[in-house]
Amino acid sequence: MFSWLEKNPFFFAVVVFVVIAYAGIVEVLPAFAPNARPIENRKPYTALELAGRHVYIKESCNACHSQLIRPFKSETDRYGAYSKSGEYAYDRPFLWGSKRTGPDLMRVGNYRTTDWHENHMKKPVSVVPSSIMPEYPHLFKKNSDLETAYAEALTVKKVFNVPYDVEGSTKLGTYDEARKMMVEQATPIVDAMSDEEVKQAFEPCRANALDSKCEIKEIVALIAYLNSLK
Amino acid sequence: MANPSQHLSYDYTVAKWFMFACILFGIIGMGIGTLIAFQLAYPELNNIAGEFSTFGRLRPLHTNGVIYGFMLSGIWATWYYVGQRVLKVSMRESKFLMFIGKAHFVIYMITILLAVVSLFAGISTSKEYVELEWPFDIAVVVIWVLWGMGIFGLIGIRREKSLYISIWYYIATFLGVAMLYLFNNMEVPTKLVTGMGSWLHSVSMYAGSNDALIQWWFGHNAVAFVFTVAIIAEIYYFLPKESGQPVFSYKLSLFSFWSLMFIYLWAGGHHLIYSTVPDWMQTMGSIFSVVLILPSWGSAINILLTMKGEWHQVKESPLIKFMVLASTFYMFSTLEGSIQSVKSINALAHFTDWIPGHVHDGTLGWVGFMTMAALYHMTPRLFKKEIYSKKLMEYQFTIQTIGIVLFFASMWIAGITQGMMWRAYDDYGTLTYSFIDTVIALHPYFIIRAIGGLLYLLGFFMFTYNIYKSITSSRSIEVEPKSASPMQA
Repeated sequence: MFSWLEKNPFFFAVVVFVVIAYAGIVEVLPAFAPNARPIENRKPYTALELAGRHVYIKESCNACHSQLIRPFKSETDRYGAYSKSGEYAYDRPFLWGSKRTGPDLMRVGNYRTTDWHENHMKKPVSVVPSSIMPEYPHLFKKNSDLETAYAEALTVKKVFNVPYDVEGSTKLGTYDEARKMMVEQATPIVDAMSDEEVKQAFEPCRANALDSKCEIKEIVALIAYLNSLK
Repeated sequence: MANPSQHLSYDYTVAKWFMFACILFGIIGMGIGTLIAFQLAYPELNNIAGEFSTFGRLRPLHTNGVIYGFMLSGIWATWYYVGQRVLKVSMRESKFLMFIGKAHFVIYMITILLAVVSLFAGISTSKEYVELEWPFDIAVVVIWVLWGMGIFGLIGIRREKSLYISIWYYIATFLGVAMLYLFNNMEVPTKLVTGMGSWLHSVSMYAGSNDALIQWWFGHNAVAFVFTVAIIAEIYYFLPKESGQPVFSYKLSLFSFWSLMFIYLWAGGHHLIYSTVPDWMQTMGSIFSVVLILPSWGSAINILLTMKGEWHQVKESPLIKFMVLASTFYMFSTLEGSIQSVKSINALAHFTDWIPGHVHDGTLGWVGFMTMAALYHMTPRLFKKEIYSKKLMEYQFTIQTIGIVLFFASMWIAGITQGMMWRAYDDYGTLTYSFIDTVIALHPYFIIRAIGGLLYLLGFFMFTYNIYKSITSSRSIEVEPKSASPMQA
C-alpha cells in the first residue's frame, strides 16, 4: 500500500490530510458549545474596557503576564479563585498567556487600585522595587482608539449575539451614547490619577463627551480594563 | 529515456533568493532575540527606542522573525533545491513553475516587510506565532497557495516516479500548516461589519476556552509542521547526500512518518493542562505527547544510524557534525517535551522559563543547526564554489554549541527554581516568597541565557561571513561533488 501511495502523490496527500485532520476533529469539536457558555453574572466588556484591552494586546502584556489561575493552593492563595471556563466566554481573543515573567493578572482588579496601576506603568520600580517591567510613558500621551473599541463591541453583538443592550447586561447603544458612557466610566479613573497631561486632556470631556477635544488617554482605558479583571 | 538526470541542469534562482532571505532574517530575528534576552536582565534596555523597543513589542518580532523569516526561508531554499533533484526535473523546464516560484518569493518579501512594520506598531491579534492581523493573514495564505502550486506542479511533471522520503515531509508541512493556519486565523474584520474604526482590526471567531483550544492546536502543531516535519525533510536529503550513505531503514522511515502524522496533532493539548478545557482533553494531550517520543526517536535514530560504520566522518567533516548534533538535539528536545507534558511535571514547569528553554534547545540545536548545515551543503552546488573555511566552521560549531548549552542549562535551572519558589510554603502555611522574589532569584540565569544567545548569534555571523566569502572569493569547482562538500583549509 505504501509503495503505491508513494507513486500517487494525489492520494498520498489525501491520506496525509485525513490522518492529520482526524485528531483535530476528535479533540477540538466535542467541547465547543459548552465552553462558549458564560458563567452566571458574567457581563461583556464595556467599550472603554475593550479599548483598554486593545492597549493590553498592543503592548503584548500577555507575553509576560498570564490570565489563568490554575487549581493549586499556591495559585489560589496568591491570585484568587481558580479560573472557570465560563469566565472567558466574552474574551475574544483569550489572553491566558504562556509565560509568567510577571504575576498572573486574572483577578488583578481585586487587589490593585487605579493609582497603583498609574505608578506601575509610569515607573514600575516605584511600586515594585527590582521590577523588570518596562516603563510605558507613551500610554500617558497617546489617545485610546474609542471608535475601534466600539466597532468591536458592535461586531460581536451583531455577529456572535454577545448580549449587549439586554436587561441586566452591559449597555452599548449608539456610538454617541457609548462615548458618553466611556467618559462616565473614565471620570473616576482620571480623578484618581495624578498625571497632569491625562487630566488636562480629559477636561473637555467633562463638559461634553462628544467634544472633539475630549481625549481619553490609553492609560485610562488600560486601567479601566485592569480594574475590570475580577 | 537514459538516465536524464545527467543531462539536467537545475535552475537554482529561487533557491538562492530564499537562501539570502534566510540569512538576512536569521541575523535580524536572532539579533532581536538576543536584545530581549538582555532586557530581562537589564530592564533599562527596554526604552532605548521608546515604545518600539519594549519587550512586548519586540517579542512577537523575534518569534515571527525566526520562525517565518529564518526557518521558513531556509525550508523554502531547500525545497527549491531538493525538490528539483529528487523529482528529477528542472524548474527551467516550466516557465509557469518558474514564475510561481519567483512570485512566491516576491510576495513573501513584501508580506514580511509589512509584518515587521505592523508588529512594531503593535498591530497584533495577540495569539502567539499568529500575531499578524487579517490583511496580512490573507497575504500569508496567498504565499502558501503559491508554494503548494510549486510543490504539486513540480511533482506533476516529475521524471522520478516514486516520491523520496523528503517529499513526503514537504507535502505534510504544506498540508498541515495550511489547515492549522486557516482555522486558527478565522476572524471577523470589525470595519467590514460596522463601517467604523480601524481597517486593520479584527475579532476572533472563537471565544475564551475555545479560542485557547484552537490556538494551541495550532501553536504546538506549527512547531510540528514547521520546526519538525520540514526539518526532517531536510535531514533525510542532506545527511545521506553529504555522507554518501543510504538512509538506514526504509521501514523505520515509513513507521515514523505515518505515526508522526497521526500522533502529533493530539499533542497541542499539553499547553492546556490545568486550564479550563475539559479534563479528558488535557489527559489526551498529555498521553499523546508522551507517545510522540516513538515517531520522533524513530526518525532521529534512523538518521543517526545512517552514519553506521562511517562515524569517522563526524571527526573529518564539520558539516556532518552539524547534522549529527542537530539530530541529537532533536532526540533530546522531544524527550524533554514529553517529560514536560506529564501532568505533575507540567504543574511545575508551565509558565516558567523551562518552557522557552525547551523551545530553544529544539530551535537552536535542531532547526538552526540543520538549516545552516543545509545551506553549507548547498553553497558549493549552487555557486560552484568551495566552502571558504573549514576552520571557521569548526569554531562556529564550538561557539554555537556552547551557546545552546548555556541557554538551556540556565533556563532549566531558572524554570525549576521559579516553579519551586512559586509553590513554597513556610511552617505557618503562608506562601514563602512574593512574586518579585522569584524575579530577583532569576537574574543571574537571565544573564547566562543572554550570553548563550549572544554566542549563538556570534556563530551565525561567522556562518554568514563564511558563506559570503565562499561565494565571492573561494576556489571554483568544475564538477559537482558527489558527496562530501569541498572545503578550503
